[in-house]
Amino acid sequence: MTGAGSPVATGVRGVLARHPAWSRFLDRAARPLEFLIKKPIFGCRMCGQCTLHETGLTCPMGCPKTLRNGPCGGVRLDGRCEVIPEMACVWVKAERRARFLPWRGAILRIQPALDWTQRGHSSWVNALKGTAREARP
Amino acid sequence: MTGAAAAATRRLEEAFASGRPVLTCEIAAGDSPDPSGLLKRATLVREHVDAVNVPDNTAGIAHMSGLAAAAILASAGVEPILHVTCRDVNRIGLQSLLVGAAALKVRNLLCLTGDHMAHGDQPQAKPVFDLDSLQLLRLAGTVHSGRYLSGRPIVPAPDLFPGTTENPFAPPYEFRPLRLRKKIEAGARFVQTQIVYNVPRFREFMTRVVDLGIDRQAPILAGVSPLRSARGARHMRDHIPGMDVPAALVRRMEGAGDDRARAEEEGLAICLEILEELRTIPGLRGFHLMPIHWEEAVPEIVSRARLRGTEPVPPIPAATRLQGARA
Repeated sequence: MTGAGSPVATGVRGVLARHPAWSRFLDRAARPLEFLIKKPIFGCRMCGQCTLHETGLTCPMGCPKTLRNGPCGGVRLDGRCEVIPEMACVWVKAERRARFLPWRGAILRIQPALDWTQRGHSSWVNALKGTAREARP
Repeated sequence: MTGAAAAATRRLEEAFASGRPVLTCEIAAGDSPDPSGLLKRATLVREHVDAVNVPDNTAGIAHMSGLAAAAILASAGVEPILHVTCRDVNRIGLQSLLVGAAALKVRNLLCLTGDHMAHGDQPQAKPVFDLDSLQLLRLAGTVHSGRYLSGRPIVPAPDLFPGTTENPFAPPYEFRPLRLRKKIEAGARFVQTQIVYNVPRFREFMTRVVDLGIDRQAPILAGVSPLRSARGARHMRDHIPGMDVPAALVRRMEGAGDDRARAEEEGLAICLEILEELRTIPGLRGFHLMPIHWEEAVPEIVSRARLRGTEPVPPIPAATRLQGARA
């Protein structure tokens, strides 16, 4: 997250760490809101660890292999998915869209593996909490 | 380092280090628990290549475990490259597989995302894909450094040599070289590409790879496979995702007719022509042969293309930036 090291972010992180009940409450409040906004626009799957901004504003969880680091080798020559031929490859779209973003280089960052305990939780609150990225390949 | 892990051979890494062209070959693990078929296939190719790949349930069709097959090859004195995919096991299973591989003297790992089972014979199975190929490469790096993901130590640290693949023939084409660079950053130490039939497309890919300096970060082997029949060529074109078989090659195979010997000869001729063209492409360190159920062709390809042997092997051209225009 941008500004993860700023004093405000550190302060919020500290408060949420000291008061797990608050962060549980925030999570429960934010979940439906996040889903209502991101589902229609991005097809959000509520993985709880949003990387939309780094994947060309395209949700990688729509990929049948849930790939978060780029396309697999099975993309059809017309750019459609090997598993769901009616669907354009998520990563073909992501790569195209990323070119128009000022931070287009972000697509080259290596994304860590998903933390499945966070599935269904609010990625916004998780970002505030600064969920640990360690112990994940 | 002592113990079983240290005793694994390092012939593949040494071949890359030697600077000479490197040859690898993929053979099927087989359906049978009787390893004689596997060993027979390995015997056909072992004299001609530096290492032998054993796939991990290709296309989601169950075969003998790749790890078992690789261990059998290792004990027979063949240098194995074990395909490790993320389709069937999660990160816990993968860590145990990596440590198990080291214990069985299987050091070379081809880290892949894995084919989806949608095109296999059991599409009803649950796709796992807990990790992807990049995360798997990083996991191999963690295990190699002597730690499980949790931080628990592994003593002695397993000695692993992870590699990866890239498919230059699947969109988005401009992203493929960048993705390969990402994989090398994640820990890939060698690369075997998808089968090359569309040479101009591959040349474009390699030009970008050389421009980015990726070929100097990890050795790249171009995938090569002989076509055996017009039917096989059409099947590959229409039903194998990510394969690019140009219409001209399919027409040539159809032109050879239904006679098996003639079709095979035409397939070999095409394969040799592709090898000749690939030799002019800068940035390649060798070839990865994939004789799908046609291991008998490997010695012939190797001798007719003079990939090995007493005759001096034509040097792999040095990296030049200008030589990349469309053929």
